[in-house]
Amino acid sequence: MRDSLRQLVLTRFREFVREPEALFWSLAFPILLSVGLGIAFRNRPPEVVHVAVVGDSARSAAVMAALARSAGVAAQRLTEPDARLGLRTGRIALAVRIPATGGVDYEYDDTREDARNARLLADDAIQRGGGRRDVVANSERFIREPGSRYIDFVVPGLLGMGLMGNGIWGIGFPVVDARRKGLLKRLMATPMSRAEYLLSFVISRFVLLVIEIFLLVGFSAVAFGVPLRGSFLQLAAICALGALAFGALGLLIAARPRTVEGASGLMNLAMMPMWILSGVFFSSENFPVAIQPVIQALPLTAVNDALRANMLRGAGLTVVGPELAIIAAWFVVCFVLALRLFRWR
Amino acid sequence: MATALAIRDLCKSYGDVRAVVHLDLEVGLGECFGLLGPNGAGKTTTIEICEGLTPPDSGDVELLGMRWATHERELRNILGIQLQETQLSEKLTVAETVRLFRSFYAKGLGEDEVIALVQLEEKTRARVGTLSGGQKQRLAVACALVGDPRVLFLDEPTTGLDPQSRRQLWDLIERFRGDGRTVVLTTHYMDEAERLCDRVAIVDHGQVIALDAPRALIASLGAEHVVTFTADGVAIEDATLEALDGVTAVRHDNGSIQLTATELRRTMPALLTLLEQQHIRLTELSTHSATLEDVFVSLTGRHLRDA
Repeated sequence: MRDSLRQLVLTRFREFVREPEALFWSLAFPILLSVGLGIAFRNRPPEVVHVAVVGDSARSAAVMAALARSAGVAAQRLTEPDARLGLRTGRIALAVRIPATGGVDYEYDDTREDARNARLLADDAIQRGGGRRDVVANSERFIREPGSRYIDFVVPGLLGMGLMGNGIWGIGFPVVDARRKGLLKRLMATPMSRAEYLLSFVISRFVLLVIEIFLLVGFSAVAFGVPLRGSFLQLAAICALGALAFGALGLLIAARPRTVEGASGLMNLAMMPMWILSGVFFSSENFPVAIQPVIQALPLTAVNDALRANMLRGAGLTVVGPELAIIAAWFVVCFVLALRLFRWR
Repeated sequence: MATALAIRDLCKSYGDVRAVVHLDLEVGLGECFGLLGPNGAGKTTTIEICEGLTPPDSGDVELLGMRWATHERELRNILGIQLQETQLSEKLTVAETVRLFRSFYAKGLGEDEVIALVQLEEKTRARVGTLSGGQKQRLAVACALVGDPRVLFLDEPTTGLDPQSRRQLWDLIERFRGDGRTVVLTTHYMDEAERLCDRVAIVDHGQVIALDAPRALIASLGAEHVVTFTADGVAIEDATLEALDGVTAVRHDNGSIQLTATELRRTMPALLTLLEQQHIRLTELSTHSATLEDVFVSLTGRHLRDA
């Protein structure tokens, strides 16, 4: 490596390592986030649904006894006013009334999943208590496998989000700061190669990238058993391509602003929609079909989809070809535009 | 004398503001040349065009026989440049900063040599962020010197520095000179120009309004001394003052009157006698040897610092 390039790369590392906040936000923060989310969304034993039986008749005692035999239902006797209040506040999911004319009457909010669930469980228990027999014999097994939990979903998302944040901030911020301080202009007054200057950011980002991947993927594998089913090298390749695309986007954002404030506004404008739309914390398929083409074209969506395919499904690079093509297109377009628009002083 | 820098018919405008207007200059090899003028006179624009950082609207700049359009790489390697208001990276140490700048040049001075030259040996391992203003400025000059330049450009090198830091920088610039090395600097301090420069171009409104050695410019006033006084009461006719012994010029400046005089020992008694005769009360009186400031005032009617 030429001495000038080596000095520039060293400068990048020195500036990064000597800024404790930057270290924290880019390396420690994603891990803390995964810890928090992993704890908040850890899988718990199946929850019980709360059901109220209204009234005090002999038939209601039989209903109570039938409900008590169901493991998923917690039943209690309530007076009519208490049952109403319980339904309104969501403390109970279902009220069971026993009309004098016979049969049972269910009251619940049919838009609530747990209420619908309570209706099915309670009805099943009451019908069995009344003597119903299953006509088809059944047996059940449970799978609780790593890979389908929330933490498994969110870790690739956090990795993608880290790639985006570090790419855009890690390149955009120092470049704009150097321009604001007149340092960029001062460097232009030396024989320094502009290509080497930009290359020094790419190299330093790549080294930090490897650290990022090892930290987050390693930590989540050890702490939460998040699987890495695909090849690690291919995962690294997806991350590298993603880092290039986000780095180019950061460079494009930093191409002209003279103030850090102006640049950070642009950076948030670029990143905010992707945090929400690109499936970091919840699946991007929750959004309407009409805007799906836009969502699918975002670089973070492509990165997250490719990371999940690799980590959770063990998919090879050929499977994620379309995503890689989208990421590569973002890199090329942003980089060409950035070089064309870049203000060197 | 061989030419280091030749500027011909240089023009540069920013919108409606004409920063440089048909400016011509020649700087000789080995010369220390000063561009002296008030803020906004076009000094920085001129020097940055010479440094290849700002493209001119029209005109020609030739440095050691080369032009920016055809010899950018060669020129970058033989020029040392210090810009106004550059903030070097605060996270790096002095040694790291010098090493970074040294790595850009094909050849140059050793890291320790440059640090010693600017007398920052004790601060070698200190972060730039912890340096004082004067130390930062000397580090900026070190970064300009590290490529062992043939031509050194300094833009307001001592602005904002305390007197001791200024003298340290002046010593440094004087040490650098010699061996045919050329210095071009801008300043709005007349004492700096008088101390350092072989020749000075006084710049105002983007044009050179006077050009000569500092002593010669001062001599062009036709007198060596300036008497400034403020008087109450009856206004005195300029003609009366001009008739005083040894007075070569009379100017009014913010309510005070300035006389340019060849010999104080003849002018002062005459002035005091005149005031006595006309019953004018003297409220302020001072004299000083003529400086470049007085040259600027006599040329433009304004002071350097508030022009």
